[in-house]
Amino acid sequence: MSNEFHHRRIPRRLAGLAVAALIAAACATPGAVAPSASPSAAAPSEAAPSASEAAPSASAEATGPDCGTDPVTLNAYFETGFDLPFKLSEEFTKQYPNVTWDIKQDQFTNLMTATPRLLSGDNPPDLIRLPSMVSLVKDGLLKNLDDYVTAFGWDKFPAAQLAQNRVAEDGTRGSGSLYAAGLNYSLTGVFYSKKLAEQIGMTQPPATVEEFEALLAKAKDAGLLPIMAWNATASGGGLAFPLQNLMAAYGPTEPINDWIFQKPGATIDTPTNLTAAQHLQQWVESGYFPKDVNAIEYTDANSRFGKGEGVFMFNGDWQNAVYDKDQPEGVGFFVFPPAESGGKVAAMSAPLTYGIAANARNADCAAFFLNWVATNDKAREIDVAIGGSNPGGPPDLPVPQGAPGSVTNETLAAGADVSKDNGAMDFIANATGSIFAQGWTPELQKMVGGKQDAAGLLKAVQAEYEKELSR
Amino acid sequence: MNHAAGGADPAHAIARSQASAAGRRRGRRVPLAGIRRQTLVGWLFVLPALVMYALFVLQPLLLTFQYSLYRWDGVGPADWVGLSNYVTVLTEPKLVETLFNAFRLVVFYSFIPVGLGLISASVVHRVAHGRLGTVSRTVLFLPQVIPLVAAGIIWGRLLSLSGLVNQGLTAIGLGDITRAWLGDFDTALPAVGIIGIWVLLGFCTVLLLTGMTKIDAALYESARMDGAGWWSEFRAITLPSLRYEIGVCLTVTIIAALAAFDIVYVSTGGGPGNATSVPGIQIYILAFLERQVGLASALAVVLMLLVLIVILPIQRLTRGEAR
Repeated sequence: MSNEFHHRRIPRRLAGLAVAALIAAACATPGAVAPSASPSAAAPSEAAPSASEAAPSASAEATGPDCGTDPVTLNAYFETGFDLPFKLSEEFTKQYPNVTWDIKQDQFTNLMTATPRLLSGDNPPDLIRLPSMVSLVKDGLLKNLDDYVTAFGWDKFPAAQLAQNRVAEDGTRGSGSLYAAGLNYSLTGVFYSKKLAEQIGMTQPPATVEEFEALLAKAKDAGLLPIMAWNATASGGGLAFPLQNLMAAYGPTEPINDWIFQKPGATIDTPTNLTAAQHLQQWVESGYFPKDVNAIEYTDANSRFGKGEGVFMFNGDWQNAVYDKDQPEGVGFFVFPPAESGGKVAAMSAPLTYGIAANARNADCAAFFLNWVATNDKAREIDVAIGGSNPGGPPDLPVPQGAPGSVTNETLAAGADVSKDNGAMDFIANATGSIFAQGWTPELQKMVGGKQDAAGLLKAVQAEYEKELSR
Repeated sequence: MNHAAGGADPAHAIARSQASAAGRRRGRRVPLAGIRRQTLVGWLFVLPALVMYALFVLQPLLLTFQYSLYRWDGVGPADWVGLSNYVTVLTEPKLVETLFNAFRLVVFYSFIPVGLGLISASVVHRVAHGRLGTVSRTVLFLPQVIPLVAAGIIWGRLLSLSGLVNQGLTAIGLGDITRAWLGDFDTALPAVGIIGIWVLLGFCTVLLLTGMTKIDAALYESARMDGAGWWSEFRAITLPSLRYEIGVCLTVTIIAALAAFDIVYVSTGGGPGNATSVPGIQIYILAFLERQVGLASALAVVLMLLVLIVILPIQRLTRGEAR
């Protein structure tokens, strides 16, 4: 842990050659030098436009701060393995040649651990992929984007788009000031192999959970693996995907979102969630998942699905490009069905979140980039073609289409159904920094191993959640 | 004292006592200023190492202890909480469980490699001379050279459901027991242990073999004349003569087990459930995912104390009587 000190200690460390100085350093309260300003007091950009400035259209060029004409180098941290931000940055420089990029990249899990230090460091990033944000906001490390909302007219975007990136004064998510923006908005659901689905007689997507379960049984009887999934610790418990889909099928989405957003008194241990967990347990016991699912990592699951193992796979549209490449026109998609025919559909849908450091040098230019991604035609095309997800942005802009016959077109169409039913949820794994690692993943693995039942699973996760929030 | 791996401490002690003896001897002859200068020069030689040691060992150690007394997310203001983090470490079942898992790993990382190391070293010592000896030593030591992360990845593949281990079992008619060894609650910890055996066996064998070559061959000859068999020789001559080397092996491997992180993190990440969750993994999760730097530090301090409690008696036993 020797490299995890607060950066402001470094000069003191250099001076502390004598043991006496070491002891002196050790006696100072850790973190006492950190900014104590409350998140809401975080200063907005000095160059923020006046409130009187109207934002009539969503056009980036019309109003708001921009990147100017002087050379600007944006200091960015992107996620390794995802091409989208890199392609967007290339196109942005093509359109605004004065902007160049200093891009660092890292694995998402590494970003999760490094973000606080990067944001509080001497060279705070102008743009950074954010894993979770509440604690970062509490520590005053992220720029409050409220002024950009009015300047760029982001308040004209559908409210649900921005909700997940809002943090209130009491630290709950879902409302309050905006601290990040999405490059695009992913959608999760059920992917299926068209060939295997035909083999078990599926002519159209199931309309109810019951119909879906009948298909699973048929697949099992046909000697096929019903659901390809991952559940190894390294990738996190992938069985949380079907579990949350079942939760939203048997109950309303609001309590689930409240729990994720840490609203006071929220619980995951509800009667409808118990029904959902019982269905999942029954799927496990029926052998609908691979028997080695606890040892399967995300990439392995995808490659095995790509090779024809598994009729269905719960996943997100970020995987579209790979599916379309591995099995051209061979993969279909549907949103998880409701419990009752004609009921509302719901899905996990999350922004590909990017934020700006509170002390970023080029905050205005970074915000201009975020607005450009949501509104520029070329950027939106890249968003769909490379990212596979809905670019979001103003509701009156057309959503670009993927290649004919691609699964991207199916996910984009399904996304419209989810928005119509207001069924977007954040992911239950994102409720706290470690609820996935300490709660969902081990408990779901225990369920696979026959060491945990539906009721115990929800109780254990709720207990872990309360413990983490109380610490 | 020619064993590079374990000789550091005694060698230092001797060097120090020799130096001070020389100083005393000379002190009678040379004037005071001479001593001062010599002492000063001595300290100057030690200084770079001392600075590095203070910066990268002592300071982190002190800071870890200090952090363990606070509730701190690593960035924001910290609250003084006294010893309550330690109470949590010692009372929360999930954290206590990691300490038990660490001791279960000791069996695989320490006892088995040392035991097998003794056997393989004596076999190599007896049978393999010249070229064969060199080859066998190299082969046994090779895993020690491979980075632990790479070892974890390779073994993860070997132990997967479609991996080489299960292919071999199926080939010899044991297809019924094939499973994802690292994803099964009953086999995950032993499977991680086997990776540890593979890594540490070579280290123990080579160290013990070096010790064996130092034993006077005449001892064995006279024992054989008295009619001693392999086992009697092993028990009466080899084991007692290797007491010091065995102590070093136990010390290094027990520390490797209690402080395990790399192999576990790469192969199972602590799962399934918490079956292979060891303190190293929990410290990482607490500090970097949950951002409970204080609690993570407390667990780290407890782990360090546990290592010391286990290691110090071994050091005393093997070192004191080996002289």
